Amino acid sequence: MKIKSLFGFIKGRHLTMGIPYLWLLLFFALPFAIVLKISFSSAAIAIPPYEPTFNYVDEALNIFLNLGNYLLLLDDQLYYMAYLSSIKTAFVATLGCLLLGYPMAYAIAKAPARLQTVLLLLILLPSWTSFLIRVYAWMGLLSNNGLINNFLLWTGVISDPIQMLNTNFAVYIGIVYAYLPFMILPLYATLVKLDMSLIEAASDLGSRSINTFWRVTLPLSKSGVIAGSMLVFIPAVGEFVIPELLGGPDSLMIGKILWQEFFNNRDWPVASALAIVMLALLIIPITLFHRYQARELEKDL
Amino acid sequence: MKKLSFSNIMLWLGLIFLYAPMFILIFYSFNGSKLVTVWGGFSTKWYSELFEDQQILDAVWTSLQIAFYSASMAVIIGTMAAFVMTRFRRSWGKITLSNMITAPLVMPEVITGLSLMLLFVHMADLIGWPTQRGMLTVWLAHSTFCAAYVAVVVSSRLRDLDLSIEEAAMDLGATPFKTFMQITVPMIAPALSAGWLLSFSLSLDDLVIASFASGPGATTLPMIVFSSVRLGVSPKINALATLIILSVSLIAFLLWFFARRAEKKANMQ
Repeated sequence: MKIKSLFGFIKGRHLTMGIPYLWLLLFFALPFAIVLKISFSSAAIAIPPYEPTFNYVDEALNIFLNLGNYLLLLDDQLYYMAYLSSIKTAFVATLGCLLLGYPMAYAIAKAPARLQTVLLLLILLPSWTSFLIRVYAWMGLLSNNGLINNFLLWTGVISDPIQMLNTNFAVYIGIVYAYLPFMILPLYATLVKLDMSLIEAASDLGSRSINTFWRVTLPLSKSGVIAGSMLVFIPAVGEFVIPELLGGPDSLMIGKILWQEFFNNRDWPVASALAIVMLALLIIPITLFHRYQARELEKDL
Repeated sequence: MKKLSFSNIMLWLGLIFLYAPMFILIFYSFNGSKLVTVWGGFSTKWYSELFEDQQILDAVWTSLQIAFYSASMAVIIGTMAAFVMTRFRRSWGKITLSNMITAPLVMPEVITGLSLMLLFVHMADLIGWPTQRGMLTVWLAHSTFCAAYVAVVVSSRLRDLDLSIEEAAMDLGATPFKTFMQITVPMIAPALSAGWLLSFSLSLDDLVIASFASGPGATTLPMIVFSSVRLGVSPKINALATLIILSVSLIAFLLWFFARRAEKKANMQ
């Protein structure tokens, strides 16, 4: 076959789809398969530090599946507690983002159109500056001789500094602070499309505003609430930087443990098993997020 | 005077919550005292110390290079994926592609970082490449997760486009590729540049994935900041943070200003 006719066969359509497809298969899907594979191998003092899972000797393919890593996760209280506290932390922080973000998104959606872009820019601007630096800013505020404690001591509200840095409270603050824009944006997107005549109709029919909110506004913005919550909850479960810098030694988070297993203990198989179990726990929220997205796409088309 | 509703009060409180820590940080970067919490008079000495720190300057250069190349690659991959997501017929391939491209948006960073790092180790094992992790592997990792953001930004713009203009170009004999380059690209240019800038800042900012994907050869700025912040609050980092915050705000303000001017011009015509 001539080269030219070969190229004629591969049309632009195929290339447009093929290039990103191949890229994602190679750099997104394949890596997960490898994590799964390594989670079944056992640690070794070698480079790379794990035993091979496949072995082809004397025309026999030997596959070693070591379930030890998973049994260890079940056995050791530490991992079990870390998963529980990650989910709890992410849940509390998501709730915090929702309670603060919903009224903010509502206020932006109701603002005059000219003001809306400015307000959205103001919400987004902090997330363009470094994530690390925003977390760091809270370290200075929350520490025992930090600004908040100094202020409270000065006003005489407290006589001894309150321990805030290196507590779970600091981790909640950090996650709410860092992820708030991810909550506000999808909420704004659904609230701005909200048909105001429905709310007017409700109030014409004698509904009080709180009742209208619970029975009309909130149900209509459900998809935004789900998307925003998932955008905060899923990454927060695996968060590493915030608990490392703001949390205390007792604030266990699974992302922190994974990091330690990988970099400090160099136990790659256990780190992989931790990641696989984390993914398994997140499957439901991730599918929820994707279902919401698919529905949004169909609505728009 | 507008009436103060509950949501407006919350908006103001939220904005104060978002901005107060950063303003305090900027304020304390001009503190003469070595103790971060004690005010020791106005001074810019931390800035001059910052500019003498060769390690930080090298890391800034490495980060900028990686961010530039990652953003460019992410725009190419992300735009292609966005095109498939909005213009192609519903098919099995299209659904898996759109699932794969949006997954990094929510995936915990430690998982993405760990999996990419293990991929590079395996590739080195099997085909002898990459021989060591460094700028190239960080570039590959960043391009992949930034492409997700580009795909979302560009596909929302592509969906709003009037298809008839592209159809007209094709009816007049332009090839699909030519139509794309001459008609579609100029129309989605704002989304492309927004996606590029977003990717650039995401790549500059990333600590977790870069730590996994990078080797001894390439230390990015967040990696240096993280290791010094871990030891406690330092006034030099305050100065660095201030410079980052101010430069990002300046760029954002300029973009907003030019966008508004272009809009005004369009309205006048």
